[in-house]
Amino acid sequence: MLTPWDLLTSDIMRYPLIIAVLIGLTAPIVGTYLVQRRLSLLGDGLGHVALTGVAMGWLVGAWVSTTPHDALAIPGALTASVLGALAIEYVREIGHTSRDVALAILFYGGIAGGVVIIQLAGGTSQNLMAYLFGSISTVTSSDLGITVVLAAIVLAVGIGLRGLLFAVTGDEEFARASGLPVRATNLLIVVIAALTVTLAMRIVGALMVSALMIVPVATAQTLVIGFNRTMRWAMMVGLVCSLGGLVLTAYVNLPPGGVIVLLAIGMYAVGVAVRAVRERVRAHRAQEVEAPA
Amino acid sequence: MSRPDDSAPQNPVVDVRKAVVTLGSQRVLHSVDLEVRPGELVALLGANGSGKSTLLRTVVGALGLDSGSARLFGHDVSRHRAHQQLGYVPQHAAESGNIPATARETVATGLLGPRAWFPRARDLRVDALLSDVGLSGLADRPVTAMSGGQRQRVMIARALVRGPSFLVLDEPFSGVDIASRELIAGIFRRLHSRGTTILVVLHDLGELEDDITRAVVLDEGRVIHDGPPSQRPRLDPGHDHELRPVPALGQELDS
Repeated sequence: MLTPWDLLTSDIMRYPLIIAVLIGLTAPIVGTYLVQRRLSLLGDGLGHVALTGVAMGWLVGAWVSTTPHDALAIPGALTASVLGALAIEYVREIGHTSRDVALAILFYGGIAGGVVIIQLAGGTSQNLMAYLFGSISTVTSSDLGITVVLAAIVLAVGIGLRGLLFAVTGDEEFARASGLPVRATNLLIVVIAALTVTLAMRIVGALMVSALMIVPVATAQTLVIGFNRTMRWAMMVGLVCSLGGLVLTAYVNLPPGGVIVLLAIGMYAVGVAVRAVRERVRAHRAQEVEAPA
Repeated sequence: MSRPDDSAPQNPVVDVRKAVVTLGSQRVLHSVDLEVRPGELVALLGANGSGKSTLLRTVVGALGLDSGSARLFGHDVSRHRAHQQLGYVPQHAAESGNIPATARETVATGLLGPRAWFPRARDLRVDALLSDVGLSGLADRPVTAMSGGQRQRVMIARALVRGPSFLVLDEPFSGVDIASRELIAGIFRRLHSRGTTILVVLHDLGELEDDITRAVVLDEGRVIHDGPPSQRPRLDPGHDHELRPVPALGQELDS
């Protein structure tokens, strides 16, 4: 039986564990702002677009013969998701197309582009599977480097500029009148969402990245009140899910992304149950107070 | 009655000249002029769709102009030089975010400005303002769970937390219970008596009838009256003109 120490010191698990911690903390931070702005599905759209980027990276890698073949996949995903994020924000701002239609186009365009381009690069859609559903077997030291840098940016912006981001996502009109850089802040939020999608897709998978952004926030909302507390609790839930899910897959042969997301959903269910019990108790107490009178 | 003639060189607080604003394909303001002098309490009146909220949003710099100019304390509004002196209470705020923020968190955002992006989480001014509007016991309650009147008081505390000398409010009494109406009107009177300039969009003069120094009435994006409130044109005497617009003004109104 593997001890936690064995896990930490094993070469296969060390990188994924570090990445899991970073994903568990960063995804819910971004998720809090996305939920606040009613953009819960943005991460999903960006995950799909990132696939086109993975395939583009693959294509460029094939041209310049990199080893391994997919060395440029993550940089490609990063480029594509950031461009996708900027496109979404632009569409939202000019307001010609409704936001959900724009997101839908991003979803389908992203996945279709990925499948077509990977074929052009000499691969098959099978090669995309690891990026779609997540994997720990393929994490390289350069992946780790990129992940650490991206996570540091997301943490610095998401936590350091929390006051500004909260003010703009909470009440854009008031933020404008306060002279806050509303447009730049909105761009910043979608860009850190794109960075998070890129850093999380390797382990959680492009199709499930968004779940780790949104579900911990929903869980936190069942338990606590207030923006800052919601964010803190969401980060804790995210960390428990991503680390717990990854450790579990070291003992049982299961895909990490799916396990992490199911854990998150499980915690949400627990949160809903806890809230229901609390409300019952509160109503009961209120009745008891009223009864003697 | 309202303009202090003895202080000639003083900059007007608001100076809007020939403001033209188009929203979508509709022209909402047609060459509107608006001046507010220090210490005035100006009411902006008009039927729904007359452009009063749009004018207010241009005054605070939340909306750009097609042409004309808007100056706040002598500075171009779009440059946000005078934001520290401005407190703004938008219409139906606090309904935009999807995560219920507490009253304290909401009020603290009022401390932010063009070069102030890092509010101190536990600023004493926040708690002082919440107590001023009678909500110190509800500081950690979510604003969305509050009554209309309590919510409006949170918005007023947010506008006042930076200590502005000019307060701009968009229908501060709409959806507000009687007790809160009186409390809010009391706050305005106190601020006005201390020299705070106030520009407020109203349905009717109501609680502030005796305090308003000047009324500006808009109709279809044009100023049709700018002077003493007692001489303003009666849109529909005896009734709320919002509910029963007279035909001449109300032909194209949607409510």
